[in-house]
Amino acid sequence: MKKKNRKKINRSASKRAGKKVEEKLVFSRPQSLRDVDMHYCAGCGHSIVHRLVCEVIDEFKIRDRVIGIAPVGCAVIAYDYWDFDVSEAAHGRTPAVATAIKRVRPDNIVFTYQGDGDLAAIGTAEIIHAANRGENITVIFVNNGVYGMTGGQMAPTTLAGQKTSTSIAGRSLRNDGYPLKMLEMLAVLPGVRYLERVSVHSAQEIFRAKRAISKALGVVKSY
Amino acid sequence: MPKIKIDKNRCKGCYLCIVNCPNSLIKIDDELNAKGVKPVVFSGGKCTGCAMCAIICPEFIIEVYK
Ligand SMILES: Cc1ncc(C[n+]2csc(CCOP(=O)(O)OP(=O)(O)O)c2C)c(N)n1
Ligand code: SF4
Ligand code: SF4
Ligand code: SF4
Repeated sequence: MKKKNRKKINRSASKRAGKKVEEKLVFSRPQSLRDVDMHYCAGCGHSIVHRLVCEVIDEFKIRDRVIGIAPVGCAVIAYDYWDFDVSEAAHGRTPAVATAIKRVRPDNIVFTYQGDGDLAAIGTAEIIHAANRGENITVIFVNNGVYGMTGGQMAPTTLAGQKTSTSIAGRSLRNDGYPLKMLEMLAVLPGVRYLERVSVHSAQEIFRAKRAISKALGVVKSY
Repeated sequence: MPKIKIDKNRCKGCYLCIVNCPNSLIKIDDELNAKGVKPVVFSGGKCTGCAMCAIICPEFIIEVYK
């Protein structure tokens, strides 16, 4: 704090003396994120999560070691945005593909990027068994509560009463069951080392999400 | 004086930056941009360079200078 204050005083002193204070760029796009427009809707959190992944990769200097697996869903062309090695998998199967890649290339840091239709519906088996086997992979699960790409249909994670294109009067617990609690389910498996639920709806939450991504990528050990 | 630069032709008009600026220094422009939406502009004033606007922007088109 003291140091900061001193800096401030020095700055205003140089200003008074008529010296030009140099401007420094303090925030811009991370290097491993391609400088292209994304196809996501205005305000979509996918692009923020893409950027956080890239920021962590740049800060950890793991760009040449990391391999991502893009899902089926709105983030299907994540490989067009990420400037590092990315593979693609069939809907829900990224944990299976990640398992294979990690086992044949144990020195790489392997992560999957999945939506809730991908992870909590069609790919429920893959994620649970990968977690139960204790695979050394990282999973970034982006839960927007709907099937975004196909038109906002109800997903297993849709909240009670939430309106979607296939639950226009709101999700009925009686007909559709309860929202699937993926994190709570995975938390009881001994093969899982770290889980955290975060959000990207405000700057403060984005900081927390970035910390969670760093932890998740950082704790992956190479055997 | 800290400031921000917005690449306005790439703005999708989500206005998350407006909501997130603690000093309300970002406003909606009157004219449409190349994407056909009303982009945002930096209205100047007491910017602290806190980067809250840039951190929330899903298009990464806000640069912050301090
Ligand atoms: C095997 C298979 N079944 C169905 C589809 C159709 N499909 C494409 S995306 C999608 C849902 C994606 O939703 P989610 O995983 O939540 O991602 P979001 O688009 O919301 O980010 C579905 C069902 C498909 N591509 N492949
Ligand atoms: S449909 Fe939803 S998840 Fe897909 S790009 Fe639009 S806001 Fe994002
Ligand atoms: S957050 Fe970004 S895309 Fe959204 S209105 Fe502001 S500058 Fe435009
Ligand atoms: S850097 Fe902070 S104060 Fe300046 S415009 Fe952005 S949010 Fe507002």
